[in-house]
Amino acid sequence: MAIPISYNVRNLKLRKGLTIMTSLGIALTVTTAIFVMALLAGLQRAFVSSGSPLNVLVMRKGSASELTGGFDAADLPVLKNLPGIAKDSHGDPMVSGEWMVVIVLPRKDGTGEVNVAVRGMMQDGLELRNGVKLVEGRWFTPGQREVVVSQSIHKRFAHANVGDDLEFGKGLWKVVGVFDAGGSAYDSEIWGDVNQMASDFDRQGAFGSAYLRATDPVSADALKNRVSDDQRLKLDGIIEKDYYEKQTNSGNLIEYVGWVVAIIMAIGSSFAAMNTMYAAVAYRSREIATLRIIGFSRPSILTSFVFESVLLSVIGAVAGVILMLPFNGMTTGTQNPATFSEAVFSLQMTPHVVIVAVIFAMTMGLLGGIAPAWHAARQNILTALRG
Amino acid sequence: MTLTSFVRKNSFRNKRRSILTVLSIGFSLLLLTLMMTIWRGFFVDKGTADSALRLVTRHKVSLAFTMPGFYRQKIQAIPGVVAVVPLNWFGGVYKDDKSGNFFAQFGTDPDQFFDVYKDFKIDPDQLAAWKHDRQGAVVDAELAKKYNWKIGQKIVITGQIFPINLELNIRGIFTAPQSTSSLYYNQKYVEEGVSYLKDQSGMYTTLADNSDDVSRISSTIDGMFHNSPQPTKTEDEKGFQRGFLAMLGNVKAFLLSISLAVVFATLLVSANTMAMSIRERTREVAVLKTLGFTRNSILGLFIGEAVVIALIGGIFGSLAAFVLGNAAAHNVGGMGNALAVKVGTMVFACVVAAFVGFLSAAVPAYYASKIGIVEGLRHIG
Repeated sequence: MAIPISYNVRNLKLRKGLTIMTSLGIALTVTTAIFVMALLAGLQRAFVSSGSPLNVLVMRKGSASELTGGFDAADLPVLKNLPGIAKDSHGDPMVSGEWMVVIVLPRKDGTGEVNVAVRGMMQDGLELRNGVKLVEGRWFTPGQREVVVSQSIHKRFAHANVGDDLEFGKGLWKVVGVFDAGGSAYDSEIWGDVNQMASDFDRQGAFGSAYLRATDPVSADALKNRVSDDQRLKLDGIIEKDYYEKQTNSGNLIEYVGWVVAIIMAIGSSFAAMNTMYAAVAYRSREIATLRIIGFSRPSILTSFVFESVLLSVIGAVAGVILMLPFNGMTTGTQNPATFSEAVFSLQMTPHVVIVAVIFAMTMGLLGGIAPAWHAARQNILTALRG
Repeated sequence: MTLTSFVRKNSFRNKRRSILTVLSIGFSLLLLTLMMTIWRGFFVDKGTADSALRLVTRHKVSLAFTMPGFYRQKIQAIPGVVAVVPLNWFGGVYKDDKSGNFFAQFGTDPDQFFDVYKDFKIDPDQLAAWKHDRQGAVVDAELAKKYNWKIGQKIVITGQIFPINLELNIRGIFTAPQSTSSLYYNQKYVEEGVSYLKDQSGMYTTLADNSDDVSRISSTIDGMFHNSPQPTKTEDEKGFQRGFLAMLGNVKAFLLSISLAVVFATLLVSANTMAMSIRERTREVAVLKTLGFTRNSILGLFIGEAVVIALIGGIFGSLAAFVLGNAAAHNVGGMGNALAVKVGTMVFACVVAAFVGFLSAAVPAYYASKIGIVEGLRHIG
């Protein structure tokens, strides 16, 4: 027969101080784990959700990122005439030749300078990225020294408001709009006209990359292969979505360090939980003996104490989740390895993160509870009663 | 029985509890020591005297961009500059793409490399051999040990960023004050194979003749190229490393919040233990009082006990951090050297532990010392 759960609940309530302190200790460990996981979830969202499965990114053969590419502008008409490309609003193939450069901007809060990616694109570039919405102002006009900035750049950097002038390249650029890319990698970029950018960075007559919009996912795949196989072009095509998925590995270091920290803290917390449970067992040795006499078996005492320990850690986990809630959605930046520029992402406490955190805490409780519970179940009834 | 031996005996009266507490505090303090070490390594320490004299110049926008070769002559001409060498990240792969097999490879100028890196020691014959072999390379002694490389051995490094594979002959093995985990080859060799790298450099390392000149030289360099298409950013070696760290995000806040969480968790664990053990001994306290112990000495006894346990945890934790951190520093090299735990940091961790022990015992011990004798004797614990 199992010991009722209310027995454990009441026991935890009875020794409030101990319960609170132990579960707070566990809560702190859980917050660390949640922090790391939420960071990674945000990072993953920034990259994985980026890129359309319909867009084919074209770069020089062998180049791993848009930064290191570069091909002759004469290749662009060849790309435009490939079959399977969707038509833009003017009825022309939807193709955008682009340049990506990295500039240095000072952070608004004065904590130093950060690399920011600037993308020069053709008019079709905006049509290609139809998921990106304008939230303020207007899009840039081709042929003008105008830029639109992402919302996170707008928030994090100085001179990034509509009407301000940003200084980079060979002079000032007027900020005319702010866009929202829904947490994707574009949220770390500044966009402007490709020809203006090329002349500022002495790159006329060439493009760093090109984007082709396919009519459907099947033709996107065919288009990708056609680009890579075309002997006239020394270019490679990749589906935009796949390109961004490859970049999530910038979270590797955060993930590694974060888990090492969380696990060391978890070991420490397990010992603390073990201590609390040993004390609980010691206080209640007479009670346990009574339970045994009434007829509760050893296994049911063992389960009851392990359960109590897990319950303790679940309280800690819930406290940890609550402690972390205010940080949900907080944005931060890390380096995108492909562009050497800052990738902005937010902490995402997804249900998955919360579930893993609770399981993580329960494991701590389980590890901390088994030995004391074993000890409780193995006690000699007579000595315990006499003690 | 003296008061100290009383404290010592009581500390380990409940062995299991004390050991669990020591372990719990130890793990937390291990983490604290490592965090403080990284903090110190990047934000406090100035680096070695030689390192502080070295300035790293890169393209202002990004390391991904190169600077023209004539920058070297212009930097060399600045008064107070001893020597300048180019430094180019190759980012190739040795053996396979696993992170365990990763080490840095830099292209440089063998003729002056060791004039700038004066604290790197190499046999003069080996250096001469490197200068004569365009495909030659010199490697860090620790790296050579890891791969069991011998002088004269041929190794191939597959290019990832650049369309060329390096087929190098190991001509020399140098020792650095801290493991660098780096290999240096002749940049001319790569320039021959990759046309767009001709007369371009990703970084320049400059040696200043004395520390007073460092900041002047650095601002002179940046000022010189300020309005050129390739503006520069010059920092000392430490600042350059910090720049890398800043890329990862707000590392400072991250370290600080983890450290705080750890200290607070330690406090909870220790307070928990002390509350438990003091409650158990209420009757004993009453007995001590009847024997004539004053309130203050009872307070002292308990606080002493807590400090002893926390301190032992602290010592274990910081020693473990020392072993782990130094092992990591040797294996990773380069930036990993920031993990090398210093004695000062260990002492700091122990002081934190003792302080936490003191705090944790203060409240329960205060209440215990206040308890009335009769009430205490009656207590059933």
